[in-house]
Amino acid sequence: MIEFIDVHKSFKVDGRDIPALNGIDLKIEAGQIFGIIGHSGAGKSTLVRHINLLEKPTRGRILIGGEDITARDAAGLREMRRGIGMIFQHFNLLSSKTVAENIAFPLRLAGTPTAKIHQRVNELIARVGLEEHARKYPAQLSGGQKQRVGIARALATGPRILLCDEATSALDPQTTQSVLQLLAEINREFNLTIVVITHEMDVIRRIGDRVAVLDAGRVVETGPVADVFLHPQHQTTQRFVREAENVDEQEEHAAFEHVPGRIIRLTFRGESTYQPVLGQVARETGVDFSILSGRIDRIKDTPYGQLTLSLTDGQPDAALQRFAAAGLTVEVLRA
Amino acid sequence: MNELFVNVDWSDIWQATQDTLLMLGGSLLFTLILGLPLGVLLFLTGPRQLLDQPAAYRVIALIVNVLRSIPFVILLIVLIPFTTWLVGTSLGVLGAIPPLVIGAAPFFARLVETALREVDRGIIEATQAMGASTRQIVFGALLPEARPGILAGATITAITLVSYTAMSGLIGGGGLGDLAIRYGYQRFQTDVMVVTVLVLIVLVQLLQMIGDKLVRHFSRR
Repeated sequence: MIEFIDVHKSFKVDGRDIPALNGIDLKIEAGQIFGIIGHSGAGKSTLVRHINLLEKPTRGRILIGGEDITARDAAGLREMRRGIGMIFQHFNLLSSKTVAENIAFPLRLAGTPTAKIHQRVNELIARVGLEEHARKYPAQLSGGQKQRVGIARALATGPRILLCDEATSALDPQTTQSVLQLLAEINREFNLTIVVITHEMDVIRRIGDRVAVLDAGRVVETGPVADVFLHPQHQTTQRFVREAENVDEQEEHAAFEHVPGRIIRLTFRGESTYQPVLGQVARETGVDFSILSGRIDRIKDTPYGQLTLSLTDGQPDAALQRFAAAGLTVEVLRA
Repeated sequence: MNELFVNVDWSDIWQATQDTLLMLGGSLLFTLILGLPLGVLLFLTGPRQLLDQPAAYRVIALIVNVLRSIPFVILLIVLIPFTTWLVGTSLGVLGAIPPLVIGAAPFFARLVETALREVDRGIIEATQAMGASTRQIVFGALLPEARPGILAGATITAITLVSYTAMSGLIGGGGLGDLAIRYGYQRFQTDVMVVTVLVLIVLVQLLQMIGDKLVRHFSRR
């Protein structure tokens, strides 16, 4: 649905060209929640602003539904933007308008009849759970409430795409959770394509279907969230995953130095997470295992587990084969 | 009371106060009408703003700066032919209004520009992302968001105009300033001077109070 073809962007600063995007190729399917993760300065905000052309590419093409949007004139561009909602880290609500007026604003810009605006605004306010706050001004709301107004406003014109620029980065963990849940819900309800920009792997783990990792204006890794999260290839991705899991791998390896036996990492995914595989394999192959570290959690709706084990005694090779046969991913960290 | 203000003719004072109020009201009205669009234009054409027209910006900024650097007393005299052509006289309340507007509008325009720059860029960006035209951004987002700042600017401008009206007494503009100069200064009637100054102080206080009230009323932050 959204496609970037060799998109370059550079900014002129004091007469010099500073590159921000260096040849982005990206494909975002309709109905997906697509995460784009990168450190600050990686170009992710610039990238997302190319989807509604708040930034224009220096070179390359951007297709939405097969159409090259960079070819549109000013009026065509405004019309296209009405079909793309956007929410922001700092909400960017109009402080001089009430909650209801803020949500009505894009509809007024589009020239929607007043009666219809009224009905639509009430619908949206109810959908994001702000019925009691319709007449308040943004300054009277909490961060989470402001972002809900932002979401309602972005949905007002019935867009097919929603862009989220660090939408939860200014919120506390609990509020982040509830806003992410709302995003996941509207993704399903309206079959909305959502592009999420963030520097937190956790945001993508909770709601993302696919993810692209951005580093210095390039996509260095892309794929389904579970694959990228559980088996990160690029070092930037590995760093993000480590940050999310709160583990320092080097420190961890150092700590295992005195542990005897083979050290392996098992990754369970989906239903196998809840199967008693470990015990079965241990009985059948006579290995002893001890769990050195691990976590069991969910990636969006998929449960997963990742355990680091040490294996001693018995037939470790047979055990590894049995793990693989049970559908687990096995990585040998120390033979 | 009458012993203290021996030279004061209270009906003169009343007449002069009315004249000052008329000059103030008339010139403030036209200053706002002229200065607001000028300020919006300054903002929009400015560097990295919505229209970003460096050439246009430089021309408008130059005119504004030139008008602002001419001392108002000089402007009063220089503009006499223009005023006569425009309103038929350079004297009295009517003759005072054109130079007051030309003196104050560029000043107000700069205050408007500053108030607009205070509006969070993110709000402009969000409005653009909704598919708004520049016109819709200005009227739908920028002006409502900058309203408290613009009202504060209008208050400052009104008070500046009060002191300008006093100066226009120099070239026969009428009003309290005229009274203070002709009686208080030229005839050494200190009591007249004191009374006119007192009335001006009350006027400025009132303007500031009204302005502050309006700003508070429209501030939602």
